[in-house]
Amino acid sequence: MTNNKRDFLHSLWDFFCSLKLTMSLLIGLALISIIGTIIPQGSLPPEYVQAISPAKLKLYKTLGFFDMYHSWWFILLLYLLTVNLVACSIKRLPHIWKTITNPVTIFNSALEKSLSGVTEFPHTGEPAVAKERVAAFLKNEFAEPVVTESGGDWHLFAQKTPWCRLAVYCVHLSVIIIFIGAIIGSAFGYKGFVNIMEGESVSKVMSRSNEEIDLGFSLRCEQFSVAHYASGAPKEFKSILTVLENGRPVPDYTNARVIVNDPLTYKGITFYQSSYGNAGNYFFTVSDLSGKNPVPLTIEGKSSVTLPDGSSMHVIEATRDVAEFAPGLSGPAAQVELHAANGKSESFVVYANHPELNIQHAQQHGGGPVIHYKGAQERMYTGLQVAKDPGVEVVWLGCLLMVIGIYAAFFMSHRRVWVRIQNGVVTIGGNASKNQAGFQLCLDRLASKLKTDLSGEEKS
Amino acid sequence: MTSSLLFNVTTFAYLISMLLFFAFLASRAKALGTAGMIAAYVGLLAQTVAIALRWKESYDMGVGHAPLSNLYESVVFFAWTIVLIYALLDIKYKYRVIGAFVMPFALLGMAWAQLGLNTGIEPLVPALQSNWLLYHVITCFLGYAAFAVACGISIMYLIKAAFETGGNGSSGGIIAMFPPIRVLDDLNYRAIMVGFPLLTLGIITGAAWANYAWGTYWSWDPKETWSLIVWFVYAAFLHARITKGWVGKRAAWLSIVGFAATIFCYLGVNLFLSGLHSYGGGK
Repeated sequence: MTNNKRDFLHSLWDFFCSLKLTMSLLIGLALISIIGTIIPQGSLPPEYVQAISPAKLKLYKTLGFFDMYHSWWFILLLYLLTVNLVACSIKRLPHIWKTITNPVTIFNSALEKSLSGVTEFPHTGEPAVAKERVAAFLKNEFAEPVVTESGGDWHLFAQKTPWCRLAVYCVHLSVIIIFIGAIIGSAFGYKGFVNIMEGESVSKVMSRSNEEIDLGFSLRCEQFSVAHYASGAPKEFKSILTVLENGRPVPDYTNARVIVNDPLTYKGITFYQSSYGNAGNYFFTVSDLSGKNPVPLTIEGKSSVTLPDGSSMHVIEATRDVAEFAPGLSGPAAQVELHAANGKSESFVVYANHPELNIQHAQQHGGGPVIHYKGAQERMYTGLQVAKDPGVEVVWLGCLLMVIGIYAAFFMSHRRVWVRIQNGVVTIGGNASKNQAGFQLCLDRLASKLKTDLSGEEKS
Repeated sequence: MTSSLLFNVTTFAYLISMLLFFAFLASRAKALGTAGMIAAYVGLLAQTVAIALRWKESYDMGVGHAPLSNLYESVVFFAWTIVLIYALLDIKYKYRVIGAFVMPFALLGMAWAQLGLNTGIEPLVPALQSNWLLYHVITCFLGYAAFAVACGISIMYLIKAAFETGGNGSSGGIIAMFPPIRVLDDLNYRAIMVGFPLLTLGIITGAAWANYAWGTYWSWDPKETWSLIVWFVYAAFLHARITKGWVGKRAAWLSIVGFAATIFCYLGVNLFLSGLHSYGGGK
């Protein structure tokens, strides 16, 4: 390898190991992520497309702004962060590993100088006896020590939770595990959606990328219902589902209840209550202002129909009893949207039991046709979110590791104590990987206790 | 006694507490600092009882759920967690003067909730009917509160640092009351050390809930993305501690920016952007 090449590789390695890169990536990711919260993601609402200029639209599309969290540059930043995190860990881990597995057990003067708040006190007893006493003391009060003799002096070393130095790497590893879980999920899983009519069954669902996916079994919707609170707000959306294998109900999956926050899982595929609707027919009559010449009108589900005057109409929502929403009124009602031929559109409620309100509305709005609601033939369908994600357990494993790692990294500390017995002097010192000030207090207490303990031995 | 009366008592106590802390700053009379702290404790106690009472009242109304379901309830809970975290900090470190920079956040929250938001107890929409609500909201807001305290401390740090570099370190009566600059830096770090794991837990419980309810643990919804932005900022803050050139003032600024992002994640997303957390929006 030439020197240039080596220099280049060396500086590349340094680049990936640098904390500056970490800081830039974290702050950069934070800033860039904002884009996708302001610009709509996925399928664009038509109002948005109308509101921005075609040039801007094209630019954003080219840059991948409408699906930015999956764009190559965002993924690249995530990969860079991963490489950075791995490189930093590789660079620092051997040193940390050595600190843990191969601790400094000899309390020499160089080490002593590196410690702050070292305590010394005289001790006139036999060093070999004192060493036993100190060892027992440390074992009782702190941790079991390693005892070494060097040049006639005795060195004792004790430590607590040395492995918590690895916690930071545990957090770094957890990030990588979460990424792996996400990659497994996107490679071997899918997200889809399916509408099932009451009484009907499906064996295929539509994935988000508009591919048809065979479930390998069938799912039948027995019933769908909505419950309301007294105020009219929705209380529960409920589907009763049955899983069918070769057309026969699977015992434990027959008439299973699925509500929001309580999905159904079968063979690794989970079905979530997501939406609903009525695909049945809605019945109306259209008359002129005096109420004469009524013409019956039927609207199928969400489709729209053209009225005699050229405007088109569709149903937004309908209820069997309007009293829930409008106290004082009763009977069926439907909220409809009317698009007039001149481009104007309006949304309003028409009633079955209150024809006067329907006429009043028509009078106030230019005397157009009067629409009366006649009720609906209900045919509910349930909309289910479908997901298969074999990577999700890996993600949870990563999350668990992250929580444990962060806890250990922040709230645990590697504490070390050294004691030296020489020439009638006992020296005690130590340090902690975190909260040195707090540990110093403990160490001072330990030293004075040791002093009392040893002076007791001298007297006895 | 009703919860709404007690919430008013709380707001009043926080106001008194803040004013006493300001007076303490101006006069340097120790008794005022103690009185400010007592007022904060009275408010915290009243609020704790009020939250429990509101919880019970929701059961009496037949729509029983934890009082964490809309903007009003979350703002009240946020104020409660801020004072709680501050009280814990006070018990441990006893730097009274920090109250002057933290209590305004709690007062602002309570005043806005009591005066500007719809206080009615409403039944839970289907999306929120889950035990995850409790774990998710509590961890998130405790984290947010720790960041609020860290932000208050960082503001103190910047004020103190500006005066010290301005020449005479022993000047300004008020500034002299502040803890030493190194202590402020350390307290800032400690507050974030509490907030960061809680935020992490909040994001994870949110992801677990989303996966359980919708089948997707992460969908880059604005709320999720903003929580990740906050997480990135504080991750940067934590790494800044071991980087040369990022300690001191820059770290303090990072903490303030982090809290600004937190507030946007909490309120801005609900008020300005649309997404999965729409039930938290104001009305």
